[in-house]
Amino acid sequence: MTTLLYDGTFEGLLTAIFEIYDRKLNMVKLEKVEKYGSAMFEDVLKVITNEASAGRVLKGLRLKLSPNGLQRLYVAHMAEMPGEENNLVGYIRYAFDCKQNIEDDYGNRYVMRVSEIIRTVRREKHRMEAFVRFQKLKDGVYYAAVEPDFNVLPLLIRHFKSRYADQKWIIYDLKRNYGIYYDMHDTEFITLDFSTITKPGEIISAYTEDESIYQSLWKNYFHSVNIPARKNTKLHVRHIPRRYWKHLTEKI
Amino acid sequence: MNADRITEKLNILADAAKYDVSCASSGSKRKNENKGLGNASNGICHSYTEDGRCVSLLKILLTNHCIFDCAYCVSRKSNDIQRAAFTVQEVVDLTINFYRRNYIEGLFLSSGIFKDADYTMERLVRIAKKLRTEHDFNGYIHLKSIPGASDELMLEAGLYADRLSVNLEMPTEAGLKLLAPDKNRQDMIDPMQFLKDEIILRKDEKKLFKKAPMFAPAGQSTQVIIGATPETDQQVLQSANYFYKSFNLKRVYYSGYVPVLADKRLPALNTDVPMVRENRLYQADWLMRFYGFNVNEIVNQQQPLLDLDIDPKLSWAIRNMQAFPIDINKADLHLILRVPGIGVLSAQKIISARKYEKLNWDQLKKIGVSVNRARYFITCNSQEFERRDLTGTNIKQFILAESQSKYLKNKPSQLNLF
Repeated sequence: MTTLLYDGTFEGLLTAIFEIYDRKLNMVKLEKVEKYGSAMFEDVLKVITNEASAGRVLKGLRLKLSPNGLQRLYVAHMAEMPGEENNLVGYIRYAFDCKQNIEDDYGNRYVMRVSEIIRTVRREKHRMEAFVRFQKLKDGVYYAAVEPDFNVLPLLIRHFKSRYADQKWIIYDLKRNYGIYYDMHDTEFITLDFSTITKPGEIISAYTEDESIYQSLWKNYFHSVNIPARKNTKLHVRHIPRRYWKHLTEKI
Repeated sequence: MNADRITEKLNILADAAKYDVSCASSGSKRKNENKGLGNASNGICHSYTEDGRCVSLLKILLTNHCIFDCAYCVSRKSNDIQRAAFTVQEVVDLTINFYRRNYIEGLFLSSGIFKDADYTMERLVRIAKKLRTEHDFNGYIHLKSIPGASDELMLEAGLYADRLSVNLEMPTEAGLKLLAPDKNRQDMIDPMQFLKDEIILRKDEKKLFKKAPMFAPAGQSTQVIIGATPETDQQVLQSANYFYKSFNLKRVYYSGYVPVLADKRLPALNTDVPMVRENRLYQADWLMRFYGFNVNEIVNQQQPLLDLDIDPKLSWAIRNMQAFPIDINKADLHLILRVPGIGVLSAQKIISARKYEKLNWDQLKKIGVSVNRARYFITCNSQEFERRDLTGTNIKQFILAESQSKYLKNKPSQLNLF
């Protein structure tokens, strides 16, 4: 068993694949450098991300997978689900080792697992499209904070850009400490410094005057549409798990 | 803006609209053009109420003043409740401001009938028009077509709205006559027929001229209330099937009657909402639309009622044991879709995956098949399969014993002696 340590990037993953084939390794384990503990009594290989090697693997993958299949692989990696690297490695190796395209081979554990990862990530992306709650700031920017389970912010750009084309907005991932800002032309990744805000009052004063009115109207609406005779808390919580509540205006 | 007054109106008019169950915001293809606001495509549920229903649209009545006196409706003329009415501008402002904050996918606007049908419809259309033309709003708009409104207004409504709907209210004409003596079923069917023809016409036109305007791109839907009148499930589903087939409806919604009013023609106020029955009707509806079932296979003269203990697909399977077992590695898609415990997605995955190798139980489980139900009806690449010669009743008992329906926890099913 050889443990490969990589930097967590997609290029790093592809370089690792290159190393596996170049060195004819069979039993491998892939881990992120930062996650790796102390030196063990095992075979450890540090993968140094290399554009040329990654490029060669990518070229090979293009022959084995459809453009959509490759995109799915990229999304599955970007989600940063802990411990899933090895399934991605298994998937890529299986793709290279088979003559035909393997994307629909759901009887294979790696193909099935990647399909599950994609489904989970898509669901999280869809939840974010639903659960983002913008608040209007005085400078006209609509701001929303989120804490998604996986790294899905980059997947949200297209949806929000085409929907809110005529307003400036920020969607900020508090867990991963970065956000997307749209200035009515393009989007860019940004990092905000929250340490200068000391009192909660300073945040509230940044909102427009009608912000609290619309928030309270929305809360009222949310309660008015409920039919108490049909109460079904289990279903309610299944649709909106509690961990999302703190950023949902109607559930605060 | 007078926040208190708007809040009061919103509470009254959202409360009165909530018995309309449709909240779909999917099926439209409206794109954001010229950097306007919003788009409508696949539908998003932005929140869920505590009763577990999706909140996708701002669903309100323009007013709950109504000249009709339908027994099942909270807004009926003779009901002593608070009345309110929004102005056109108020609805527009609410919609835009909720939309910009990502609370909603759009607007679902209905109304009590004040003065007459045209007068009411004209107000609804005016709101949609204002949103589209003055505010560049491309979000989803669902308008109620008011029975009896003129063709010109319906035409205009179709140009601004994504979806239009007329509620049939009761599954049969007799039921409607009993509870809504002022209403006439033909008045509801007329606009449906008009819109159906117009949608087909406009679709053909759009094929020829790309620039031709969209006309109700998300189609039509309707709703029937169940449990308020004594129709059987057979009557309900036959009627739904007729409307799907004859009017190309996108959806028929089944709304379990919530007892809100005391009336000797209606179930008593303490009656439970028929939620299990409603759920079974939706399952049957799905079987008709996505699983290739004919309505007569689900309910017929011998089986006029859906089994409340088990879902209609399982119920069909145990009545038709001669069709099973089927070999999962060979059978056609339409047969696999008929196996209890296999949904549309799993069925498609099976078809894809079996091209590579024959599938076994483990793989089926991973693919998402509910093996504890499906195992009585299929064989796969395994020596293990159900060898006992079980009757449908046996299978039902086995499956019920190991699964506890979420609805039936405190209500053990009645003994079935025959």
